[in-house]
Amino acid sequence: MTIPIEYYLILSGFMFLTGVVGVLTRRNAIVVFMSIELMLNSADLTFVAFSSYLGNSIGQVFVFFVMTVAAAEAAVGLAIIIAVFRNKKTVNIDEINILKW
Amino acid sequence: MGILELAIITIVKILIVLTLVLLTVAYLVYFERKISAWIQNRIGPNRVGYLGLLQPFADVLKLLLKEDIVPTVSNHPLHALAPMIALFVAFSTYAVIPMGPTITLFGWQIPLAVADINMGILYVLAITSLGVYAITFAGWSSGSKYSLLGGIRSSAQMISYEISMGFSVGGVVLLASSLRPIAIVEAQSGLMWNAFIQPIGFITFLVAAFAETNRLPFDLPEAEPELVGGYHTEYSSMKFAAFFLAEYANMIISSALIVTLYLGGWQIPFIERLNLPVGLTVALQVGAFCFKLAVLLFFFIWVRWSIPRFRYDQLMSLGWKVMFPLSLLNIIWVAILIMVFKI
Amino acid sequence: MNLYNIIFYLFAAITLVSAFFVVTTRNVIYSAFNLLLTFFGVAGIYVLLGADFLAVVQIIVYVGGILILLLFGVMLTNKIVNVQIRTGATQILPATIAVGAFSGILISLLVNTEWKKVGTALPGASTTANLGMLMMNEYILIFELLGILLLVALIGAATIARK
Repeated sequence: MTIPIEYYLILSGFMFLTGVVGVLTRRNAIVVFMSIELMLNSADLTFVAFSSYLGNSIGQVFVFFVMTVAAAEAAVGLAIIIAVFRNKKTVNIDEINILKW
Repeated sequence: MGILELAIITIVKILIVLTLVLLTVAYLVYFERKISAWIQNRIGPNRVGYLGLLQPFADVLKLLLKEDIVPTVSNHPLHALAPMIALFVAFSTYAVIPMGPTITLFGWQIPLAVADINMGILYVLAITSLGVYAITFAGWSSGSKYSLLGGIRSSAQMISYEISMGFSVGGVVLLASSLRPIAIVEAQSGLMWNAFIQPIGFITFLVAAFAETNRLPFDLPEAEPELVGGYHTEYSSMKFAAFFLAEYANMIISSALIVTLYLGGWQIPFIERLNLPVGLTVALQVGAFCFKLAVLLFFFIWVRWSIPRFRYDQLMSLGWKVMFPLSLLNIIWVAILIMVFKI
Repeated sequence: MNLYNIIFYLFAAITLVSAFFVVTTRNVIYSAFNLLLTFFGVAGIYVLLGADFLAVVQIIVYVGGILILLLFGVMLTNKIVNVQIRTGATQILPATIAVGAFSGILISLLVNTEWKKVGTALPGASTTANLGMLMMNEYILIFELLGILLLVALIGAATIARK
């Protein structure tokens, strides 16, 4: 373990920022989804890094829970995207404005 | 054992396994044609070499010399990448399959698997789940309806059957209380084979293995009468051969996995009572592994030429309404075995 | 520069470069492919950090499950052949401001905190048994709740996607 923990944190910070950029700028709902997965992954990476550097497995248990939530989120989110696509024939989020008056 | 020696031993093992697998694949194709001919009362290949034994090499040579045609509407990078993923998945899974017990050679302890890792079984599940990408990318990037339908079918089929596969493996892992393939084999000493202890799990895993390898009766992704050739309609030459190779390599890996998980791996029941010399025992055990593998491969071919293809809705309802509950039942059965009968 | 560092930089480079392409490439399928590489890079870093079980679970859950679902979504939500699969970007200016502010916070945190310099390796070769014990004893309630969450998600997804 010669690499200081900052390196892992910087890596995960960059991943998170990339995800934020994706969520804010992309129009396709599925790419927004992928960016959210990127952000979740960067948070996971931080948890594992701290767990390893503190010599404590609880961080890894937490990552396990995050993965479960991510899987549930992907299933429901994709079902919503498919349902929206069926009604509006598009998955571009700026064209899905039915809740806006 | 230093890191250099470890590297050399591993590279030698990789080379041996790769050669063996490629040779087996070549002759598996030959035997598939011979056995199908035998089942259908034909002769089969018998022109190239004695009894047609050189037929596989002729086939490979022919495929290498063919022109590689790439459709103009295809997505070129992904079109080239898909067969590579298929081959990568097929070959890298062999790394954790133990073919024999740990042997002592020149003073080194050498396990007869390329990599003896703690996460062996999960590693296999993880790598095989990549196989979907090969077919999905191949189907999408070809730019053809038939390919795309094959790709979509396969992704749905493989996800559905991966679930029952994973749960069946769960039963095995519960009994062995380890994820290491070698430990799982050692837990099945004597006649404690998982195929006898948890027959339901064995059957669900077998069916799931057929579905994961896209073999008949579950070869919906490439069903010829409906989809021309499914995901590999637009492939030719060596890229087509790569898919073909991967399919047969997947057949071998599934059989090897079934042998390891359910049929006692390399073990011969009660061989230790015969007091044979160590070298002979190891040789017999490796032979036993190969024999079990050959029987299962024959079973794969036999089923292909005996059972017609499922319809797509039948395939899905079988996966979700029969296989999935059965594999859950198997987990409960194993839990009862452990808690009540203290196996 | 020992082997450990080289492997770290390799995986970090794979992760960051592919994450960059996930967000910037115009083709949704390329995004998905790059996300595959990102997940692999993160799994490699997990192995480096001694979390082998999580690395494999990462590949099984993210690569074998979630990403396949996303690809499936891409294929279902685009017209089948001659796919109009390219998408553009919007809101560049607000995004720049938000990301700039957020990265400022992150950098100031990074600079102003005393981090532990060298780690203590986790005990034992395999983390599986340890994780199982933790999940089945201390965190059993959360574990059960997650099971219920998955069930709810399953039913919800099936209901929403059905016509």
